[in-house]
Amino acid sequence: MMEETKTIWSLLEAVNDPEVPVLSVIDLGIIRKVRMEDGRPEIVLTPTYSGCPAMDVIRMNIRMVLGQHGYPAVKLTTVLSPAWTTDWMSEKGKEKLRAYGIAPPLPVQTVCHLDLFQREEAIACPHCHSYHTTLISEFGSTACKALYRCEDCHEPFDYFKCH
Amino acid sequence: MTVQHTIDYTLHLADNALVLGHRNSEWTGHGPILEQDIALSNIALDLIGQARYLYQYAARLMTMQGGPEVTEDVLAYLRDSWDYRNCLLVEQANGDWGKTVLRQFFFSAYQYFFYRELQHSRDAELSAIAEKALKEVTYHLRWSSEWVIRLGDGTEESHARMEKALDQLWMYTGELFQPAGFEQALAPGGIAVDLGEIKPLWELRVGEVLKEATLTTPGSMMQQGGKQGKHTEHLGYLLAEMQFLQRAYPGNEW
Repeated sequence: MMEETKTIWSLLEAVNDPEVPVLSVIDLGIIRKVRMEDGRPEIVLTPTYSGCPAMDVIRMNIRMVLGQHGYPAVKLTTVLSPAWTTDWMSEKGKEKLRAYGIAPPLPVQTVCHLDLFQREEAIACPHCHSYHTTLISEFGSTACKALYRCEDCHEPFDYFKCH
Repeated sequence: MTVQHTIDYTLHLADNALVLGHRNSEWTGHGPILEQDIALSNIALDLIGQARYLYQYAARLMTMQGGPEVTEDVLAYLRDSWDYRNCLLVEQANGDWGKTVLRQFFFSAYQYFFYRELQHSRDAELSAIAEKALKEVTYHLRWSSEWVIRLGDGTEESHARMEKALDQLWMYTGELFQPAGFEQALAPGGIAVDLGEIKPLWELRVGEVLKEATLTTPGSMMQQGGKQGKHTEHLGYLLAEMQFLQRAYPGNEW
């Protein structure tokens, strides 16, 4: 039983986030629990954002990967509480993000409050590592990212924003 | 307090989120600059996501009541305007960018304090949806507050447009805090948010931002009726567009 859930966890390493394909669902921290029920795996997952369009694709990909490895019937349960946070992203995942050109979320969150026109977080450019960067918009190409520009290498880049 | 009250309450919250999400999505591809087009589209997506969780919950409760199976799509696409329980504010036409961000600001300020309370609801499902959504709304409120200040305290032209938007929208803010029958029925059970409690918080926040934006509120008469299904003419047109596909091709799926 324990062995089997371990196998499922390792199979899930192969299921990637369609929007950020270098991250697995494990790296993202959206898999909350895996358990076996009458030989059928149940996977408990949580969305990053309420409207994240990747969730449907992720659910389908989990079914496909497990189906290919002898688990034709999988129960997928969505939980909303406790709400997903970027703190649940694995260290390995953060490294993969940086290598992919997306600045990973900061370990200490500083902008999840209501103050207006806040001093921007110091985000390192994933390309040249300069901290001389400027926020362009808190809403980027997907709900989970903000848009920045590096003032040294002049490249725009995504920042996986605190949540 | 009955299950029907919880269903009505959940539909009211879902309708608020869906209708404003749809209004915002009308800007997609038409925003003043690309980054802000993306920002408003992201906010639309968050709101529609919240609406989906709420409709799914309402659909489960309705199906449990017996009768034919109800789905989130049935609730969004096959109810008419008198069934919709959203506040009048969210259905108002977009107007210019100033009116759109002011409407968003009024609503986000309401949703922020509302969800903060709903997190402690004794209804576990509503509380979980609120906990999730609150993080998203924090971004919406900050973004819209900054825009209201930027335009209100901006140029002569932007200030005049914000004053006009305020004249058009202020009358719809009172309804946000007018409890409907289903809210009064649920309040003692600790399920619904006590609107009287969040009203002063909203007024404080809105007052601060409008002051910073050099805008003053008009003394308009407050309008209401949305929570009872009595809407302004705008909702019918919105639904006609949003529901067209399901009405013309019933049951069609992606």
